[in-house]
Amino acid sequence: MMKTWQAVKRLLPMMSVFALILAGCGREDLSVLRPQGPVAESSLGLIKLSIMIMIVVLLIVFAIAAYVMIKFRRKPNQTEIPEQVEGNFKLEILWTVIPLILVVVLAIPTVKQVFAAGNDHSNDKNAIKVKVTGHQYWWEFEYGDYGVITAQDLVIPTGKDIAFELITKDVLHSFWVPSLSGKIDTNPAGTINRFSFSAQKEGVYRGKCAELCGPSHGFMEFKVKAVSNEEFEKWIESRKAPAVLPEDPALAKTFKDQCLQCHAVGDQGIANAPDLTGIGSREAIAGILINDDTREDGAPIEENLKTWLHDPQSVKPGNLMPNPKDLGLSDVEIDSIAEYLANYKLD
Amino acid sequence: MDWITTVDHKKIAILYLWAGGLFFGIGGLEAILIRIQLIKPMNDFLDAQTFNELITMHGTTMIFLGVMPVIFALMNAVIPLQIGARDVAFPFLNALGFWTFLFGGILLNLSWIMGGAPDAGWTSYAPLSSSTYSTTHGVDFYTIGLQIAGLGTLIGGINFLATIITMRAPGMSYMRMPMFAWTTFITSAIILFAFPAITVGLVLLTFDRILGANFFEVGGGGSPVLWQHIFWIFGHPEVYILILPAFGIISEVIPTFSRKRLFGYSSMVFATILIAFLGFMVWAHHMFTTGLGPVANALFSVSTMLIAVPTGIKIFNWLFTMWGGQVRFTTPNLFAAGFIPTFTMGGVTGVMLASAPADFQFHDTYFVVAHFHYVIVGGLVLGLFAGLHYWWPKMFGRMLSESLGKWTFWTFIIGFHMTFFVQHFLGLMGMQRRVFTYLPNQQFDLLNLVSTIGAFLMGVGMIIFLINIYLTSRKPADASNDPWEDGRTLEWTIPSPPPEYNFKQTPLVRGIDAFWKEKTAGHTAMTPAEPVGSIHMPSATAIPFVMSVGIFIAGLGFMFSRDEFGNALMSFLFNNYIVTAIGLLITFGAMLIRSLYDDHGWHIEPEELEGR
Repeated sequence: MMKTWQAVKRLLPMMSVFALILAGCGREDLSVLRPQGPVAESSLGLIKLSIMIMIVVLLIVFAIAAYVMIKFRRKPNQTEIPEQVEGNFKLEILWTVIPLILVVVLAIPTVKQVFAAGNDHSNDKNAIKVKVTGHQYWWEFEYGDYGVITAQDLVIPTGKDIAFELITKDVLHSFWVPSLSGKIDTNPAGTINRFSFSAQKEGVYRGKCAELCGPSHGFMEFKVKAVSNEEFEKWIESRKAPAVLPEDPALAKTFKDQCLQCHAVGDQGIANAPDLTGIGSREAIAGILINDDTREDGAPIEENLKTWLHDPQSVKPGNLMPNPKDLGLSDVEIDSIAEYLANYKLD
Repeated sequence: MDWITTVDHKKIAILYLWAGGLFFGIGGLEAILIRIQLIKPMNDFLDAQTFNELITMHGTTMIFLGVMPVIFALMNAVIPLQIGARDVAFPFLNALGFWTFLFGGILLNLSWIMGGAPDAGWTSYAPLSSSTYSTTHGVDFYTIGLQIAGLGTLIGGINFLATIITMRAPGMSYMRMPMFAWTTFITSAIILFAFPAITVGLVLLTFDRILGANFFEVGGGGSPVLWQHIFWIFGHPEVYILILPAFGIISEVIPTFSRKRLFGYSSMVFATILIAFLGFMVWAHHMFTTGLGPVANALFSVSTMLIAVPTGIKIFNWLFTMWGGQVRFTTPNLFAAGFIPTFTMGGVTGVMLASAPADFQFHDTYFVVAHFHYVIVGGLVLGLFAGLHYWWPKMFGRMLSESLGKWTFWTFIIGFHMTFFVQHFLGLMGMQRRVFTYLPNQQFDLLNLVSTIGAFLMGVGMIIFLINIYLTSRKPADASNDPWEDGRTLEWTIPSPPPEYNFKQTPLVRGIDAFWKEKTAGHTAMTPAEPVGSIHMPSATAIPFVMSVGIFIAGLGFMFSRDEFGNALMSFLFNNYIVTAIGLLITFGAMLIRSLYDDHGWHIEPEELEGR
């Protein structure tokens, strides 16, 4: 009785594995199991192959385990001594050779894909080259060929290979967009990493930092926005337009004196902190406050900017942004800057 | 006092057990706090900094201070008995190993009350662990505490190597040694080669942090990737230091309760050696995403997958040990039987992780968290539970309650699978590890809730185990020599608990499973290999304790050597390395006394032996 239940218990996880894989669990813009680009697809291919091999192995082990545990239980009054078997040469060879074969089956596509993933696209004329820089706790994206630097939202054209060059300014981070590709670390200068991926469908994909990088490691998110080729060109053009400063001259001065000491908009300021050009068009503030008031976890962008500006530490603990109030900004000034930034949109 | 000066391996085993149990409890509480924080999205039960300290300390505590001492407890309690020896080769060093481990562990945990626990993850990757980015003394406690504790482990490992090489009973050739003795032997060899690597790494990191060196500092020509190599050259073999003893325990428990000899003994031995060898060849599979390039990734992928082969041999040998036997589901055997499928699940995800292009997706996600908890908890901790229940009567002379033991097993294993099985999916759905919270609306919520409930259930299992120990300790110590009735190895031929000299007469070993062989020949005891004679015993001494206190003081002194204290005297003492010097003086002074004063030990005379 107990044993049947045990057998059921053993099989239950297996069945749930199958059920969950078939259902394709997770969000389309986030899950490894629902790939949206060729790189993530080939990873998933390997994952599926290995899961299948492993499930077969598990089924065999579980079946033998269940059988011996049920069949060879000691019966009441059983006192004779079982035969003391030393081993069985043929059987032992069998369970050495079969795992070896399974390993070879998995090793061949693994090695093939390792080298495919190592393909360098940095000299590919058709590829969009992006230099990714990790910071505690935000991402900087530099389009060298276009002379454009942006932060947090990585805008890419669909169907094109994006050739990344990755580096960190401080501690190690790891750049990961699960539905588009596996991750790669950002190391300090001298050990630059390169890889590439592409997105097939237009949409917004969630990216994450996967290497522990301090208190707000879990909040070091970013978005990959895949758009059509025309939209991408348009975005680049409008991104290069001169800076738009607040209309109120007093506010403009405060903004320049205080915010542009670290941030940049268009051709103004310096880029020690996230570039703010066109921040009104971004998907999220600080990577995590989602600018979509139609969703239950989102809010209007102006509200998000106010949340952030009134107390950056409570949104992202340990980040390097000073509290605007400590810089001498009044609540009214903070709200006006939030309003200005919210309306700073790109076409 | 008796406990501070003891050099008896059986008492040291008990010390290791209590100290390990204490740290295991601390690590477990840390785990529960972590799971409470993750029970729902955007939870504010803990702040981000505290969470990072908790995950760092949970990992570090469990690996170095929680399970290793319990392994050492079992090795100390059992190995001399299993090979027919009267103690380990160097009883004084054995005590020293315990005390350095304990003081290292205390030093590390002092960080909770002395200004910030380490917060850079148990792997302490540079530059996050550098003084630039980790500004409290946390990582100093980590580097210095682990150096002191690691000293104890290294001493213990060398001691077991010497013991097993030189002190086996007459007739016990290597190929007649019990499997647990074999895995202890191989584990000790891994310790001998792996621990110097981490010690060097920790020394370099200490130099970077306290003396301003530049080993891992890019600005000064160092490399953070170097730390990763040093850490994992130790860190991967460490996994086998942990799991091989569990393999050994399972290989003892299953034959005993199947009433059959271990299937394929010699292939088990060679599989163990092969696993240890391959364990040193695969460290870079922790670094596939570091960017080592396709050649390194391909080589390390394939070599890692190969470990599946010897491990598979072991799994099938255990299953076929039960085949045709008379399997009794006592508590130890329940844990051993639960170990096989659970550990296999951890093993197969290991093969999945070995495939580098797939690992680009798995790495640093909850899939990895699930994998290594299946191996370390589902493998090692289940193995330790099996071993503790199995050898408890031999160590303490009292049988643990079988019914409470079964409750422990069921709550623990069900809680375990609830906690960690779902984490495979969390990882594949995009949840990174080491995040102090997560945004809502990512479909992570339900699975995290299930995981936390499972963690509580595991906690319940642990509490039942503690109740079991408490209730058992109040019963009279009346366990027989061979309480499980089917004991096969030498430890079951002597009283429970054993007298301090273990064997009145060293037994003569006539085959594998020596005691079983005598039983089937109709004997009730071993044939002695020597007449009853005077037994030489080592003297008790507090010197190992004093030496460890000295190292502990020196460590604290070094750590705070750069600090400004409000008090001028304190600043003077610390900043001029006076505290460090006092600590080292105590240690070297104790060493000097040990060298100058010749202690010949004492003897138990035959009359006394017969008088008992």
